[in-house]
Amino acid sequence: MRQRLFEPIPSSEITPESVYLDRRTVLRGLGAGLVTSLVGCDGKAEARAEVMPSATMPAAIPNLKTWPGSSQETKTSYRDVTGYNNFYEFGTAKGDPALRSGRFKPKPWTVEVSGEAEVTGRFDLDDLLKGITLEERIYRLRCVEAWSMVVPWNGFPLATLLNRFKPTSKAKYVRFETIQRPAEMPGQRSAIMDWPYQEGLRIDEAMHPLTLLAVGVYGRWLPNQNGAPLRLVVPWKYGFKSIKSIVRIRFTESQPHTSWSDMAPDEYGFYANVNPAVDHPRWSQASERRIAEGVSVFKSRIETRPFNGYAEQVASMYAGLDPKTLY
Amino acid sequence: MSRIAIAKIALFLLCLLPAGLLAYAVFFGDPGPDPVARIVHETGAWTLRFLLVTLAVTPLRRFSGWNVLIRFRRMLGLYAFFYATLHLSAYLFLDLGAFWAQILTDIAKRPYITVGFTAWLLLIPLALTSTNTMMKRLGKRWQTLHRLSYLVAVLGVLHFYWLVKADVREPLIYAAILATLLLLRWRRLSGRS
Repeated sequence: MRQRLFEPIPSSEITPESVYLDRRTVLRGLGAGLVTSLVGCDGKAEARAEVMPSATMPAAIPNLKTWPGSSQETKTSYRDVTGYNNFYEFGTAKGDPALRSGRFKPKPWTVEVSGEAEVTGRFDLDDLLKGITLEERIYRLRCVEAWSMVVPWNGFPLATLLNRFKPTSKAKYVRFETIQRPAEMPGQRSAIMDWPYQEGLRIDEAMHPLTLLAVGVYGRWLPNQNGAPLRLVVPWKYGFKSIKSIVRIRFTESQPHTSWSDMAPDEYGFYANVNPAVDHPRWSQASERRIAEGVSVFKSRIETRPFNGYAEQVASMYAGLDPKTLY
Repeated sequence: MSRIAIAKIALFLLCLLPAGLLAYAVFFGDPGPDPVARIVHETGAWTLRFLLVTLAVTPLRRFSGWNVLIRFRRMLGLYAFFYATLHLSAYLFLDLGAFWAQILTDIAKRPYITVGFTAWLLLIPLALTSTNTMMKRLGKRWQTLHRLSYLVAVLGVLHFYWLVKADVREPLIYAAILATLLLLRWRRLSGRS
């Protein structure tokens, strides 16, 4: 909130009405939550109370197919999925993405495809989505910070898209890049990270049927704070692998650089598979705090499962590798 | 009632306010998505704030000439211990909860927890010797013992700095304030003021 004081006053002429209304609701929430907002000196986390009210939620996605593999666990509320997450491009507090992403324009959107593939170039997202069936998949999400959620994503397997570009035999990895727009993404104006954010997968991981490209959450198009309009979801890896607001996809022969691993290689590996046996140097990865409806403050911690509970589907991909390197 | 006594009661209630508001939010209001993280984080932040405010009393008294400030220092210091104890308890009983096996490895293996736990341990003798009787009994040694509070504050800020993932701006603010407070003392102790 501090930084926002220095931004120009939003005008309803240049701000989409939905965003404009959304901000007013945030302010109302601040007023109503005065008592709670006094608790924290930074006033960030508290302001999330009324983020994304029903009237200004993104539009519903028509004709979603259900997916039989969905998690049956209690879901994290829409409010928490969209109001509490890491997206450093909008700030480092977990309420920042929801509060400070109002200026971001996810439309129109183009994705640049390059590298070791027969079909490359710049593609309009609407064209890329033509003929694609969107599904609802409820996945567990495990953050490297040892908290977790259960999220109903809407999207399609990444492989469906990648196969259209006909990757060659030299394509051993896929590299992804987040958009860089400091004017719309206030977090990018500080050198917290080396922007733009980049991530990567081995080609077999990218082609795995669980690896999802999401365009929506909870049956609605992705809100800005969750990585609109296109993001990755890799449910057996720590959340930071699931790169948001993707503008570049490149097929490469060598392992691409990835943002967190570049920044602190001893703390974040390239694979970043959820692994309770390998602790983060500064905290344990053996258990996690579940953020979901009805979780008691006295019983929020649960055990972390290898590959976030998707071992049966994905463990074989790492058969020859030393499990100690899989963090 | 003397004005000092009234001021002490007012300060006592004011210092209790952050804990009261937090408890209210968690049990009756909007606790936020991750209440346990919030409780641990906020009680930790208030511990650091009270440590710094306690360390600021002496320089403030010297600059302002308000000697009366010293009469509130014990309460501020004890509140630092109070919030530190809430912070540790929330971590042990709420966050780790049934995962007791994790506690010992956490304390032994994670430098930021080792450091934080040490700081809390060092606060215990300070709290125990905060009474008038103990001050009298220890005489000059009391001041030497209570210089441990500088170390506690350094460990506390280090504890915060080490747990942050990438954005170290907030811990650095605490570090800057602490460095200023320590520098003011060092200049005086080394006779440079």
